[in-house]
Amino acid sequence: MGFDINNLNALSLDVLKEIGNIGSGNAATALSKMINKSVDMEVPNIEIVDTDKVVELFDNEEEITVGVYINFNGDINGTILTLLDKNSSDNLVALLIGSKPEGNIYSEMESSVIQELGNIMSSGYVNSISLLTSLDINISVPSVNIDMVSSILSVPAAEYGLESDKLILIENKLDIDKEKIKFYFFFMPDLTSFETLFKSLGVPTNG
Amino acid sequence: MDNNIKIGMADYKIGTQSDVLITLGLGSCIGIIIYDEIRNIAGMAHIMLPSSNEIKNNSNKLKFADTCLDLMMKDLEAHKVNRRSLKAKIAGGAQMFSVSLNNQSLNIGSRNASAVKEKLKSLNIPIISEDILGNYGRTIKFSCDTNQLHIKSIGKGEHII
Repeated sequence: MGFDINNLNALSLDVLKEIGNIGSGNAATALSKMINKSVDMEVPNIEIVDTDKVVELFDNEEEITVGVYINFNGDINGTILTLLDKNSSDNLVALLIGSKPEGNIYSEMESSVIQELGNIMSSGYVNSISLLTSLDINISVPSVNIDMVSSILSVPAAEYGLESDKLILIENKLDIDKEKIKFYFFFMPDLTSFETLFKSLGVPTNG
Repeated sequence: MDNNIKIGMADYKIGTQSDVLITLGLGSCIGIIIYDEIRNIAGMAHIMLPSSNEIKNNSNKLKFADTCLDLMMKDLEAHKVNRRSLKAKIAGGAQMFSVSLNNQSLNIGSRNASAVKEKLKSLNIPIISEDILGNYGRTIKFSCDTNQLHIKSIGKGEHII
């Protein structure tokens, strides 16, 4: 039997949680270095969630969010979507350039700041997986969009829709200079890559 | 009183008379309205993926343009629409992120749009108006009594098609 995200065994789930923990820690460290401030991170919450329930993490389907999307390839292939609520994203941008973005649309400067932050955090995440597994993984230039949460989430939903109605969600909460920053990682290796990932860690896949 | 009917991802609903069919935040998905303007009966579908042929284990038929529209058509016919006077309006199919790579599957929005058009053509239902592609999300509202489709996007304002 091939890998099936709908029926993960307890061990695979624990391994995913551990990857999420280490990845998130690395991402927070990378962020801390970039902004040159200490970053306190709560223990991340990692869950397999129903795709259509993800939107319920937000106030409503039209809440404005910021998504940073990267694609990784090499020994394993897939994508990572980093999703922030607008307020967290504004706070992060302010930490870097000193002033908080105004309005719903980011200037080119603000947009490239959040793109770089998304890049640093996703790389931190991917690098830790790479170190842990000795797999060779490269990441693409990130793409940023600010829009209604439900339209942003249609991307992972459609991408995984052929295989599954569930997504791997990693929720991170950070404290920087008393500002609360919350973001979500959607870690989406393709299904063959899941097997490679688990095999490299010596975990038997389902079946 | 207007009666708002909300349609979630991979679903469809039928409305009549003063009903308003609503989908919030369409991204790469497509909202398809098929309506009988004489009888004021309409269905709105919210599809995620182009074709059910791409998958072996087709558990949720409402995800796909082809199978979802087949099911909605059956339901519309059960509501006694006049098959020959049916018209369609479509919106959505954006490419939310522009990651450049060979993997064409990423531009799911435009693939959805082509699949929906093809399916409507095979059903012989003309598309009266459309607002598709681009790189932004859309909230759409269709009034079953006026047959107007109201579209709202962040930073792009609102318009009616």
